[in-house]
Amino acid sequence: MYTILQKSYSAPKVNVKEILRYAGVKEGDGGISELLKECLIEVENELVYRVCYAEFNCKIYGEIIDLEFVKINSKNLSSNLKNANKCIVFCATIGAKIDRLIAKYSVISPLKALLFQAIGAERIESLCNLFNNEIKQSYNAVKPRFSPGYGDLRVELQREIIEVLGANKRIGVTLNESLLMSPSKSVTAFIGANSSEK
Amino acid sequence: MFIKDYLKNNLIFLDGGMGTMLQKNGLKAGELPERFNVSNPEIVTSIHKAYFDAGSNVISTNTFGANVLKYNEKELENIIKSAVQNVKTAREQSKGSQPKWIALDVGPTGRMLAPYGDLSFEDAVNVFKKTVEFGVKYGVDLILIETMTDSYETKAAVIASKECCNLPIFVSNAFGEDGCLMTGANAFSLVTMLEGLGVDAIGANCSFGPKQLMPIIDEYLKHSSTPILVEPNAGLPRVVDGKTVYDVTTKEFAYDVCTLINKGVRIVGGCCGTTPEHIRELVNSAKGLKVAPIEKKNVTAISSYTHAVEFNIEPILIGERINPTGKKKLKEALKNGDIDYVLKEAVTQQEKGVHVLDVNVGLPEINEVQVLTDVVKQVQSIVDLPLQIDTSNVSAMESALRIYNGKPMINSVNGKEESMQAVFPLVKKYGGLVVCLTLDENGIPQTAEGRLEIAKRILAKAKEYGLDKKDLIFDPLALTISADKNSGIETIKAVKLITEELGAKTSLGVSNVSFGLPNRDAINGAFFTMALNSGLSCAIMNPNSMEMMKAYHAFKALNGLDENFLDYIKFTSELPQTVIGGEVQVQEAKSVQEAKTQLQNAIIKGLKERTAVITQELLKTQEPLDIIENEIIPALNIVGKGFENKTVYLPQLLMSAEASKVAFDGIKEKMKNSGVSSKCPIVIATVKGDIHDIGKNIVKLLLENYGFLVYDLGKDVAPEKIAEKVLALNAPIVCLSALMTTTVPSMEQTIKLVRQKAPWCKVLVGGAVLNKDYANQIGADYYAKDAMEAVRCAEEIQENIVKNNEEK
Repeated sequence: MYTILQKSYSAPKVNVKEILRYAGVKEGDGGISELLKECLIEVENELVYRVCYAEFNCKIYGEIIDLEFVKINSKNLSSNLKNANKCIVFCATIGAKIDRLIAKYSVISPLKALLFQAIGAERIESLCNLFNNEIKQSYNAVKPRFSPGYGDLRVELQREIIEVLGANKRIGVTLNESLLMSPSKSVTAFIGANSSEK
Repeated sequence: MFIKDYLKNNLIFLDGGMGTMLQKNGLKAGELPERFNVSNPEIVTSIHKAYFDAGSNVISTNTFGANVLKYNEKELENIIKSAVQNVKTAREQSKGSQPKWIALDVGPTGRMLAPYGDLSFEDAVNVFKKTVEFGVKYGVDLILIETMTDSYETKAAVIASKECCNLPIFVSNAFGEDGCLMTGANAFSLVTMLEGLGVDAIGANCSFGPKQLMPIIDEYLKHSSTPILVEPNAGLPRVVDGKTVYDVTTKEFAYDVCTLINKGVRIVGGCCGTTPEHIRELVNSAKGLKVAPIEKKNVTAISSYTHAVEFNIEPILIGERINPTGKKKLKEALKNGDIDYVLKEAVTQQEKGVHVLDVNVGLPEINEVQVLTDVVKQVQSIVDLPLQIDTSNVSAMESALRIYNGKPMINSVNGKEESMQAVFPLVKKYGGLVVCLTLDENGIPQTAEGRLEIAKRILAKAKEYGLDKKDLIFDPLALTISADKNSGIETIKAVKLITEELGAKTSLGVSNVSFGLPNRDAINGAFFTMALNSGLSCAIMNPNSMEMMKAYHAFKALNGLDENFLDYIKFTSELPQTVIGGEVQVQEAKSVQEAKTQLQNAIIKGLKERTAVITQELLKTQEPLDIIENEIIPALNIVGKGFENKTVYLPQLLMSAEASKVAFDGIKEKMKNSGVSSKCPIVIATVKGDIHDIGKNIVKLLLENYGFLVYDLGKDVAPEKIAEKVLALNAPIVCLSALMTTTVPSMEQTIKLVRQKAPWCKVLVGGAVLNKDYANQIGADYYAKDAMEAVRCAEEIQENIVKNNEEK
């Protein structure tokens, strides 16, 4: 039997450099940094940091990975999970409000829309990093996270992940017909680990 | 006994968790729990029976995810049939003596509704309808809509239930730590919407343990006249020695839920992690608790998808700018489907501080049902203020009320029999705060007393339709004083009479009073103050009117409604600055010779306000086309080249583009009058299935900068719609954007269709997953790696067209 756990975090530290990188701008470009500050203030109370996850037994037969709830055929994931006997499956989101901000500014200021887009990208990555670091502390031999859509791992797997985690009811993440997640700043991924090694 | 009658004097106990119980009984990871109804009916039945034995009055069917998006119709029917039968069997087997009912459990569809997802509101209604129809067919006693994380989807589920049956509807939402649903609604806004829709119980479930739910339940109880329901989790799960444990014990759970009962909650149960033991403990602990009567709260409120606006002591401002009457630009925008113009009007009014936006699109030459519905959807996708749906077209009103996310204001009904018969049933079905104009078949009475009489008649009629006084707001009509010098005073008197004698709320379209007089703003401001002082609850007004805004802020300050005068100080601090700023800029721009370089400078630096001022100054002496050719294009080229040479980055390019757009807006106005045509039309869209549009918007902005007439069809656009528009405009260029590998096929399809219908049209594509080879492969004519390259391509096509025309 598996248990679905969920967590809420307070805002991870903002990495301005990374936001500017996502926005395609070099550091210290006068007006942009000021505007970015404004955007960061505007977005501050609009975000949530939620994760739901579960641990599954992981059995690997060549390129086939058996994770109890799904059998996956992927060379890349199989090599990512090499020697793992557990797999943490998670879904993370920073919520739907950032999507509304992006939509609003797409109409009135594409520049701000671009900055909010970059902020969203940085925030969800920071959340995933935070979560990954926690996993590293509670498991051994933790692998880098691997998401559907990386390499040969089919993007359709998001459907199974969201379903098995009950991510819709737990943290409000849904998938549309074209396999886009909503809220858009959400991530699903696998993290391999080993329960026997130290 | 009917559950609604029982609820009047009793507590109702629901059941507890199902998912965890099924897992314990063999449901495997990845297996769909609803199928267990059919494959393992005895297990499901035994869980239901355990809850009945523990004292539950209502058992929910095991149908949380049972909908046509997950199962085909045949399997869905079979699942629901078995699910209902399982509860029926459990009810027969259980010896408990309490009254027992069966609830059809309805969970979220698992898909996000548009505009942030791809499921349309009406499709969502239809998905829920299928589930509810089968539930009703197989004999459930009530509908329990639960664990909803989106207010819009909640509304779709309620409307579907109302349209399928007359069974009681209980609704419960799942909140986040911020006290809001995933999509932003807080507890007050949900109560407002759900009471408007006339549901039988409003609640919260899942999310947390009972303690953490208390603040949300307090909010519910404060505003709701409807019974409150709660089904907390047994706290949050943890894994201890490989076993799942929840951190709230059965005793603690029962104790906390009893606290909620004492506060006034009437319907209680459990969600994730709760077991028959939790329910048994709860039923036992609740024995002997006094059942509090459900109080009627006299709350007049409307809501958006995030928050409620209450009509209480503080006056409410309703922005009137989205109304084409007397507004040439808005008329043009509505006729041309230029939604951006409307949206900017919405955002500007919000920034000026209005609480509600009036939306009126009444023009003889448009399809009002379609346009009003679209505008309401679009405005709600970017502005979180509640809206006032303003139309005399009953079909348009119904269509807009249906898709509105929340409880809107409705403008309006009047004392005419015909009007009341048409509007009141809609208010009853969809919820709304309806503006009642005090006029009838005989027109507008001259006296205040006459208007009060009509108000009374309207109120009596509304009650026949089951509406409460709190959902009516009376507009005694401000008439122009230039036609009758006493009409101002009569209106003020009527506001007072309706407020005091009828105890009802009032609204006025304030600015009518000054029609035909010079310096109308002075009269409007004074009249507004008089009306507020007589009890006016809200005004439909222009937030750009300085005198009206002054009157509003001063009134609040003088009536002790502005703590520490924070709003007043903020308002006034912004006043002189704008005035001074304007003067300085005009001074700077006084020499046209100097301004020539100033405009380029302003655009390159991305200074919007400066650009606007300088452009206006230049327009006095120069031809619009000259300004474009000599000022804007060179400036943009400087920035564009910098971008291509990587000395300027995208954000700076955008800043300049936004500034030059401001210049263009000024110039366009002038060009319209002088009949100068711009470059060729371009149709632009993000292809079907893809909802990313930032890149597309950037390309659009730059193309507009370079003088192209851009028709933006938005995102997730079907191939047919794109081809149709190209054909209608005879457009020589279409720009398509796709961000994901999964939507490139949709781009290919679009190109094929455009080729077929409009073989002359050049196709320009772009997006993160594309490259030149890929673009060739799917049959595009041009691939642009960024917005500047898109402009270069478009210019090349434009030049070829001009050349060809000359050759001919």
